[in-house]
Amino acid sequence: MFTYTLRRLLFAIPTLLIISFIIFALLDLAPSDPLSDLPLTIPPEVRAQIRDAMGLDQPFLIRYLKWLHQFFVNEPLNIFEQITGLTVGTGERMRVLSWATRSPVVDLIVQRLPQTLWVVGLSYLFGVLLAIPIGVVSAYKQYSIFDQIGTFVSMVGYSVPTFFTGVLLIVIFSSYLQWFPSIYDTNLVVRDWGSFLAQAKQMFLPVLVLTLYNTSQISRFVRSSMLDNLHQDYVRTARAKGVKEKVVLLVHVLRNSLIPVVTVIALGVPTIFSGAIITEQIFRVNGLGQLLITAIQGADIPLVQTLTFIFAFLIVLFNLIADVLYGILDPRIRYD
Amino acid sequence: MQKLRILLAASVASVALAGTPALAERGTDGDLKILFWQAVSTLNPYLSGGTKEVYSSSMVIEPLARYDETGTLVPMLAAEIPTVENGGVAADLKSITWKLKPDLKWSDGSAVTADDAVFTWKYCTAPDGGCAQAAYYEGVTNVEAVDASTIKVSFSEAKPYPYSAFVGAQSPIIQAAQFKDCMGAKAPECTSANFGPIGTGPFVVKEFKPNDVITFEANPNYRDPAKPAFATATLKGGGDAASAARAVLETGEFDYAWNMQVEPEILATMVAAGKGKLVTSFGTQVERIDVNAFAVDPSLGDKRSTKEAGPHPALSDPAVRKALSLAIDRDIIDEAGYGEAGQPTCNILPAPDIYKSTDVDWCLKQDIDAANKLLDDAGWAKGSDGVRAKDGVRLSFLFQTSTNSVRQASQALIKDMWAQIGVETELRNIAANVFFGGDPASPDTFQKFYADVQMYTNNFDGTDPEKYMAGWMCDKIPSPANGWQGENIVRYCNADYDKLVVELGKTAKLEERASIAKKLNDMLTNDVAQIPLIHRGSVSSHSVTLEGVRMNAWDSELWNVADWSRKK
Repeated sequence: MFTYTLRRLLFAIPTLLIISFIIFALLDLAPSDPLSDLPLTIPPEVRAQIRDAMGLDQPFLIRYLKWLHQFFVNEPLNIFEQITGLTVGTGERMRVLSWATRSPVVDLIVQRLPQTLWVVGLSYLFGVLLAIPIGVVSAYKQYSIFDQIGTFVSMVGYSVPTFFTGVLLIVIFSSYLQWFPSIYDTNLVVRDWGSFLAQAKQMFLPVLVLTLYNTSQISRFVRSSMLDNLHQDYVRTARAKGVKEKVVLLVHVLRNSLIPVVTVIALGVPTIFSGAIITEQIFRVNGLGQLLITAIQGADIPLVQTLTFIFAFLIVLFNLIADVLYGILDPRIRYD
Repeated sequence: MQKLRILLAASVASVALAGTPALAERGTDGDLKILFWQAVSTLNPYLSGGTKEVYSSSMVIEPLARYDETGTLVPMLAAEIPTVENGGVAADLKSITWKLKPDLKWSDGSAVTADDAVFTWKYCTAPDGGCAQAAYYEGVTNVEAVDASTIKVSFSEAKPYPYSAFVGAQSPIIQAAQFKDCMGAKAPECTSANFGPIGTGPFVVKEFKPNDVITFEANPNYRDPAKPAFATATLKGGGDAASAARAVLETGEFDYAWNMQVEPEILATMVAAGKGKLVTSFGTQVERIDVNAFAVDPSLGDKRSTKEAGPHPALSDPAVRKALSLAIDRDIIDEAGYGEAGQPTCNILPAPDIYKSTDVDWCLKQDIDAANKLLDDAGWAKGSDGVRAKDGVRLSFLFQTSTNSVRQASQALIKDMWAQIGVETELRNIAANVFFGGDPASPDTFQKFYADVQMYTNNFDGTDPEKYMAGWMCDKIPSPANGWQGENIVRYCNADYDKLVVELGKTAKLEERASIAKKLNDMLTNDVAQIPLIHRGSVSSHSVTLEGVRMNAWDSELWNVADWSRKK
């Protein structure tokens, strides 16, 4: 298993380099322009100077190599310096700078992580916690009323887009009932019960929207995987041997059914970091999803490049984790 | 001793001046909550020319003078507006001398001096800095500190309108001490300075989260001890215009929201909730349809939309251009897409009032019959498909604009209006960040204009139209030779027009300037260089509990945020 993991990790390096090059090339070929948001009153000569200051006058390959150097050498060194307090070399090096904010991209990402992890991460956690029991019961009592309602709700949750449910909830709970705020306050610090309540209140609507979506998706997986296993021979054998129904269901069937589910859950973890672009935008959570979409709209290429590359890295990483988990959960699978 | 006496006298005078209108006290009205649906990226307007950055930074850093809601210059850091009459502007119009108000302090307590202004000029004109507001310092040969509170700005040639450098929200004075190590290529590296400039304005930046939220505190050293009324201010960003409107007008979570680009009927239902109101101000924005003077047939390849392609086979006929303008019912477009935020217009130069021409209002009223007659007389006859043609040239046009729901709706209305005069239109929309991006490699930019007609909005900053009107000169036509840069998007070229613009540059008297500018405007409308449609205003919304908002289209909307207060 160890050599397998090591081999996969080594193989990930060229994969990631190729991905970073493809992202850079795609962004370079895209027709959007970082100066398009500026008022038309700014004359062309000045625009040309701004472009040069951003380094856009340099050839494609130079810009790519510069980014590689900034991201893989300068940024890690910077993090190292911040953690240890030591200075490597002169301590002065070019970091990956966003064009729109003219500030280091990594700092922006660090600033956005908390709200994304709280809102999107929590909704993913709730989604998993709710989906498993719903899926188990739905499968065990197939075609019961519970299953029918569960199927209906998850179909609705899965097929109705978040930009509809989000706005609907705002209209009902913020505009009409005025129970919850429609705008997320990223400055809120939880210090006491009052601020905790405020935090819970402002997280409620976005988390609800995303939990509905996540639960729907995962519960369908649990249900179908449970159904596959419930009709297997080993289940009949267990029952024939007089094993208690509870044990049959929760130990034999559930454990086997969870193998594909765990993979799906692990593969879904990177999406927590990429944020929920639409939901974050609707509730102004201003996390990583919002950061990415504003960067794309404003053609802030260093920011888009760095963010998408980090997402690519997470996807590669969690693919590996899913494969390793598979081996741990299912003794039949061996990689060596 | 002498110095001390002057100092004392000055401070007594300033206390006396400030003391009289002080009804409220600083920081008594709690938190002011402002919502910008496009989040603010930096607080240094010299590094980003975006409107949102310019507006938000205006709460912190100030120019010498700015425009009020009527477009009149009011002194901010300057003691008064220099003119030729008071001797502030040299008789040869080649320099202007500003005097600072006495006892001005930065928010960190240090004194504001003329050297800060000199530094600001050097900062923005430093090579490799990519200063977004460099145009404000164009023609400035030198800025010098005559003494600690006197700034002399010299120009390379006579400037009839010298109020550009250090005037308006785009050109504020920054602190030399804070930015001294941030010149030129180092400018973007000074993140903490760019995110928290030290200023003279009513508020100080407490925390800046780029593209998210800014927290401000009242400036303890603000020159009026009674202001601002609010102790803190929060400027939140993100989302979209409709939900921003809702947060002020329906849920009341915010006090002020900027730029309500929302369909009029949606806004009307929100206003009915009674929690807020809309404020409108008309600046110089005109939604217009550009009519291409050059041929754009794709078979022309790289030559299309340039002089080498030759004149447009149909649109070079003045009758066709005029008919297109006459066929449009501007009232319907205004009502459907702009409501309070627009007025039908035939002027490309719609404001300030002294420049507004009333001689070209022939296009204000839709006249399908007259348009049809014009085309009939010019020999454009309707074919069996209802589309007019002459010598094998059909009146069939490609009409492009940026993707935006109001523009798409206007496009559809205009297509229908033009169909009534036998003109066929093919509609196209292009993502705004491509259309306005100006990438010379992209075929879809508005500068390249690879279409017969196109619609967008343009305007000019400040109140002086000289530079704007110069944008229709022959040498400003975008072409491959100049990298498709140039303001003359419509490719208008008229020697008489050019001559008149040069004359405008030599005229100093305001009334004469106004009459020349009107003439230029009339030439453009009568020649149908483009079709002006709607004079667009800026619309924002504020809570009914917020007082003192004076909506301003000539400067930052937040220009008088120091005077805002909570209704008691």
